Amino acid sequence: MRRIFIAIAALGIIAAGTAWVISSPRPLDSAAIAGLHGEAEAGRVVFLAAGCGSCHRGPGRDSDPLILSGGRSFASDFGTFRAPNISPDPVHGIGGWSQTDFVNAVMRGISPEGAHYYPSFPYTSYIRAEKQDIVDLHAYMMTLPPDATPSEPHDLGFPFTIRRGVGLWKALFLRDGWVMTGDLTQEETRGRYLFEALAHCGECHTPRNALGALRRADWSTGAPNPSGTGRIPDIAGPQFTWTAFDVSAYLSSGLTPAFDVVGGSMADVVSNLQQLDTAELDAIAAYVLRLRN
Amino acid sequence: MTFTRILGTFALGAALAFPALADENPAVAARQGQFQLFVHNFGALGGMVQGRMEYDAALAQTAADNLFHVTRHDQSRLWPDGTDSMSIDGTRAKPEIWDNLDDFVTKFVALQQAAENLQAVAGDGLDAMRAAFGPTAGACQACHQVYREEAG
Repeated sequence: MRRIFIAIAALGIIAAGTAWVISSPRPLDSAAIAGLHGEAEAGRVVFLAAGCGSCHRGPGRDSDPLILSGGRSFASDFGTFRAPNISPDPVHGIGGWSQTDFVNAVMRGISPEGAHYYPSFPYTSYIRAEKQDIVDLHAYMMTLPPDATPSEPHDLGFPFTIRRGVGLWKALFLRDGWVMTGDLTQEETRGRYLFEALAHCGECHTPRNALGALRRADWSTGAPNPSGTGRIPDIAGPQFTWTAFDVSAYLSSGLTPAFDVVGGSMADVVSNLQQLDTAELDAIAAYVLRLRN
Repeated sequence: MTFTRILGTFALGAALAFPALADENPAVAARQGQFQLFVHNFGALGGMVQGRMEYDAALAQTAADNLFHVTRHDQSRLWPDGTDSMSIDGTRAKPEIWDNLDDFVTKFVALQQAAENLQAVAGDGLDAMRAAFGPTAGACQACHQVYREEAG
């Protein structure tokens, strides 16, 4: 009896140790980041494409989309997430972060202290970004107005309060490969980069499994609104009959082919993307049309 | 087809389009009809702005006139309590409308003003119409962004 007890205890320790190793943060090679130089002007385009302001601008601050004071709430099945302050304030924002800290946060979901961020922060998409783009983004964000609003804690239920558990989640679900593979034109490739990496479109348009990970097999086929009611539309199925012109015009104007006007969280997406070159929107449209195949 | 049968066909179409609503919430059906008339006219102008159809000064002016008048429709009986998306099916009108009626009215008045500005220039050429079209779309979006549910 005692021997069985020891065996179970030993197995338990091994399992816990394995889980601890699997769940440990895996930052990027800092040498690969330290040598890069960020350009703020290029970073503005990344900022708009990545939609950082949609979640991180303050509540009631729609007229100041560049003050990233945080504080917006996002209800989910796991609890309520609150976007933190990512303005350049050195105390309450990210003004004290190094370039390497920033890239690890955005592309790996790891804080400067080595804690995991929850995947409500779409590093699950940004992991596919070019490091240079994220370094440019950092340079741009450091030029935005600092704000001293303290970040608010998330309001999650147990066991989701254990951040180390996110490490196991990452081991299961965090992937850096493209969802759409095969032969793509240059335009479609650019569209894939914008859609799957920076603009993180799949995060809302793709359904999630019970653990909140995207079901890549059902990519962009529509999903329940991840933080609210109603559904985010299917843009990959046969009933989605928009032309490339329709998609590009929608992203630049917010008008559907039937001249309904965009609303909800997509309105934020449009207000960001419409500031990009038309060629970028055409590229997203070219990619979206390939989803149907 | 007799006149009665045509009427019957219309009634059936309405019943299919708004299941249960036409009977239970005529105000909701009328409200949605109003938005369809918005889109019917706004869309004609949008088609010209996006180059999907040729600019036609007479058609643009008529559409803008219609939009002006439909946005002046008295709203007092179109938004009764209990017709929000949490209370009934078949509407995307969020309960926040009724929680923030002052703001909702402000945004609706902004739409009326935008429609008035659009009406003033719709027949004056594509560029003039386009300049007033954007703010009208913006007025629609201001409400849709906060007061309309994602489609079901």
